[in-house]
Amino acid sequence: MRRPRATTGALSWFTTIDHKRIGILYGVTAFAFFVIGGIEALLLRLQLARPNGTVLSAEAYNQLFTMHGTTMIFLVIMPLSAAFANYLMPIMLGARDVAFPRLNAFSYWAFLLGGLFLYSSFFLGGAPNGGWFGYAPNTSITFSPGHNIDFWVFGLQILGIASTTGAVNLVVTALNMRAPGMSLLRMPVFVWMSLIAQFLVLFAMPVITVALFLLMFDRLFLTNFFNPAMGGDPILWQHLFWIFGHPEVYILILPAMGVVSEILPVFSRKPLFGYPVMVFSGIAIGFMGWGVWVHHMFAVGLGPVAISAFSVSTMFIAVPTGVKIFNWIGTIWGGSLKMSTPMLYAMGFIAMFTIGGLSGVTHAVSPHDRQQTDTYYVVAHFHYVLFGGALFGLIGGFYYWWPKVFGYHLSEKLGKWQFWLWFLGFNVTFGPMHILGLQGMPRRIDTYPANYGFDFWNLVATIGSFVIAFSVLLFIINVVRSKRVGERAVGDPWDGRTLEWATTSPPPEYNFGEVPVVHSVDDWWHRKYGEDEEGRPVRLEDAPGQPQPDPPEVARAVHLPSPSYFPLVAAFGLPVIAYGMTYRAWAVAVIGAVITISGIYAWGIEPSTEPGGHDDEGAELPGPDEGEGGDGVSEDGGPQQMVPAGVAPLEEAAPESASAQAREEEDK
Amino acid sequence: MKRLWAGALAIGALTGACSRDSSILHPAGATAERLAGLWWLMLWLGAAVWVLVIAVLVRAAAAPRPNGDAAAGGGGRGLVIGGGILLPVVVLVPLVFVVFQVAEDLSPRPTGDDIRIEVVGQQYWWEVRYSGTDAVDANEVHVPIGRPVVLELSSTDVIHSFWVPQLAGKQDVFPGDQRNLTLEASEPGRYEGQCAEFCGISHSRMRLRVIAQSPEDFDAWAADQLREQPAPAAGATGDVAEGAALFQSRGCGGCHTVAGYTEGEIGPNLTHLYDRATFAGSIFELNSRNLRRWLRDPQAEKPGNKMELPVQLTEDEITKLIAYLETLK
Repeated sequence: MRRPRATTGALSWFTTIDHKRIGILYGVTAFAFFVIGGIEALLLRLQLARPNGTVLSAEAYNQLFTMHGTTMIFLVIMPLSAAFANYLMPIMLGARDVAFPRLNAFSYWAFLLGGLFLYSSFFLGGAPNGGWFGYAPNTSITFSPGHNIDFWVFGLQILGIASTTGAVNLVVTALNMRAPGMSLLRMPVFVWMSLIAQFLVLFAMPVITVALFLLMFDRLFLTNFFNPAMGGDPILWQHLFWIFGHPEVYILILPAMGVVSEILPVFSRKPLFGYPVMVFSGIAIGFMGWGVWVHHMFAVGLGPVAISAFSVSTMFIAVPTGVKIFNWIGTIWGGSLKMSTPMLYAMGFIAMFTIGGLSGVTHAVSPHDRQQTDTYYVVAHFHYVLFGGALFGLIGGFYYWWPKVFGYHLSEKLGKWQFWLWFLGFNVTFGPMHILGLQGMPRRIDTYPANYGFDFWNLVATIGSFVIAFSVLLFIINVVRSKRVGERAVGDPWDGRTLEWATTSPPPEYNFGEVPVVHSVDDWWHRKYGEDEEGRPVRLEDAPGQPQPDPPEVARAVHLPSPSYFPLVAAFGLPVIAYGMTYRAWAVAVIGAVITISGIYAWGIEPSTEPGGHDDEGAELPGPDEGEGGDGVSEDGGPQQMVPAGVAPLEEAAPESASAQAREEEDK
Repeated sequence: MKRLWAGALAIGALTGACSRDSSILHPAGATAERLAGLWWLMLWLGAAVWVLVIAVLVRAAAAPRPNGDAAAGGGGRGLVIGGGILLPVVVLVPLVFVVFQVAEDLSPRPTGDDIRIEVVGQQYWWEVRYSGTDAVDANEVHVPIGRPVVLELSSTDVIHSFWVPQLAGKQDVFPGDQRNLTLEASEPGRYEGQCAEFCGISHSRMRLRVIAQSPEDFDAWAADQLREQPAPAAGATGDVAEGAALFQSRGCGGCHTVAGYTEGEIGPNLTHLYDRATFAGSIFELNSRNLRRWLRDPQAEKPGNKMELPVQLTEDEITKLIAYLETLK
């Protein structure tokens, strides 16, 4: 079978290895799961709108709340963050793709197939119903004899493979593929936060993998890791799950914090306040996040020493987080603000995430957590940080980068309406849940009795959830409508600061015709603006105008990695293994393993770029002997940047501007 | 709106029209009182911090610009160090000491001659055994006021959590293990509780009550619990006698103990059933109407519970069984 060559057309989406297309795939798929997870939430809220509800049976409710949590965490926020990281990280770093483009495609396909496997459970006897946290021994084969939990175990394992391979890719990309001059402390904060989150993925996913393996062995092969009657311990599950689970929440929030850190400076026309503090607080959160997990277990009875220690560590992780809030405010302070939709979302993030952070501090007070834990007070907390925080940030990111990715703007007017409805609906839904928790309403209950005082706020929360649904509908309308009539986007519509705004909208497949040389943080901004005596920005005479498309010979001169079938093939084997294991049909599992291994083998022996390249029109391309950099040394004598094979930086087409030459002098 | 209230009242008639309280802000015991006080402290601190953050955010967003583009101001450094580092430290350090202080004097100290009660959580009810006696109850824990009571908590199946919000924080319970929780109620009353760790399909239907009584009332109740039930006289007629016979023949006695009559290990002890106010994991007020609903189809009322009737009971059989059960006081 011939190697696919097309990079356009519907079928090319299945073989693409272009990080931008993969980013779009992640984004569209994650958004689809967001709508599904949201519908699950609406069903839950309909059931809870009234006491003794009859909308859903207890079994249906338990499946829906399990899938709502699992979906939003693993199939929405993580892949949405991956969408942004995939699309933006290489461009922000001045690179042409990620380190391992085919692995990138594999990660996406594994994610999609893992999600589909998980959801197929609804049609195959019932979805997982043990909660997203799957506590033993409730999830054991004794107490969960059906296949529901098997779908959960194997679905999460597939998703774990997707996440971990993605993490390897993004970490190597950030560490090894930066443009010349881009030291680590010149990377955009979004890249930093994504990098830290990906390190967390790399170390946290193996922990839940172990937990899921132990549960799989207990369920399939009748071991007793979590069975106390035979010397096992259900608390072991809790430790393993939360050692993963707590870093996981930082995985969920850090990229969105990175998005906010990109939006605020551009819409305040000021640099991010305290760049090094933002970076180091992110690193601190990454480290400290490993030392707090027992705060999910304060009611277990682990003893006063453990409880006190984790109470203190949990309180102090508020410090690097709090520092970020004030750095963001410092960024806005004295800025020339433009309150466009991305800015509304970023500022909304600050206000809402702070509420969630403060309720989190109250959880850290362990004696009081004995009242709060397992109630709606906790449900309120994590929705304030994950919805009010992560989702606000990521949707703001949609509005901000939409013109870059798709070449047209989303409607500002619709965007503002959508934001305010989203903000209103969110607070009306989750604000009252603090009260419900204080009133004594536990979590994970399919209904509640009348006369406990829970009725009113539950009804309010349900109404709020439909306001959110309506605002999501507005967002979809905005997307569909703007595709037809939206204002066409130039390369740099927001007067941005980072390198993605130095390309056209959308960028060409190869991102940069000429690999940029970076001189500072916010390099693109500094090519446009100098400063006067009072530090105010002044546009440079020779500032570059809007990015223009390169002449066609540039595209033909850049070698990019070729599309491939094998990432999809290798990923395809994973759900086959999973079905085989779920149904104890070992032959099927073996077939799946053979598919995956063959796919990887074939991928391993095909070259990353086919000789003759992948150009649709079969134009003549320079072979491996031509072009520069074959000896690892670049033109100006510095180390050659690692870019995909065959890339030849162009000869200078235009005379250097005076300021660019001056900066080069400084660099030497 | 009217129909909502009517609906709520109708359902209230089934489940008990009196309103119930499970708020952690309405404490009725030593521990819960301390925690409620801590809550108000945290609320005011948290609200103050949030208002401060929003005020600074609004100020930042609303401040007039001198002209056009803005300077990369250095005055913000104070803001960041003050707000981002000093403020959290100033708030958190005292909070740490408060935590240690509260945790220290939180639990009433067992005194040695405490009442000890074993509470065993299971899907989906609570077995209550008064240590040192043969008294066994279900879902309702009687305690005398003004004395620490040590609950010895465990589970027979999955993880549950014992929680009576007005008295104390919750304690998870584990199979094959024991955790203790010391409660002390300050006033007589009925305090609502529920399982607070997801434990399966009917997790929401696993409630309980703590009934705090004056020492005299408690002693009277305890003495009453120790009586056995007379076995029904052989050959007796009438609904009660026929109900007692059905209790055996329909298999009830295989799961439910009535001291002196049947011995069963699976379901709640029914010896003094009609001394209780609720049943079926405290989800129903105990009366004949609710008992009839339950006996018609326990699985419909509480899916997944262990009471699976081998054969559907007729209405007449249910009438007779209820007549018998009503004598179990």
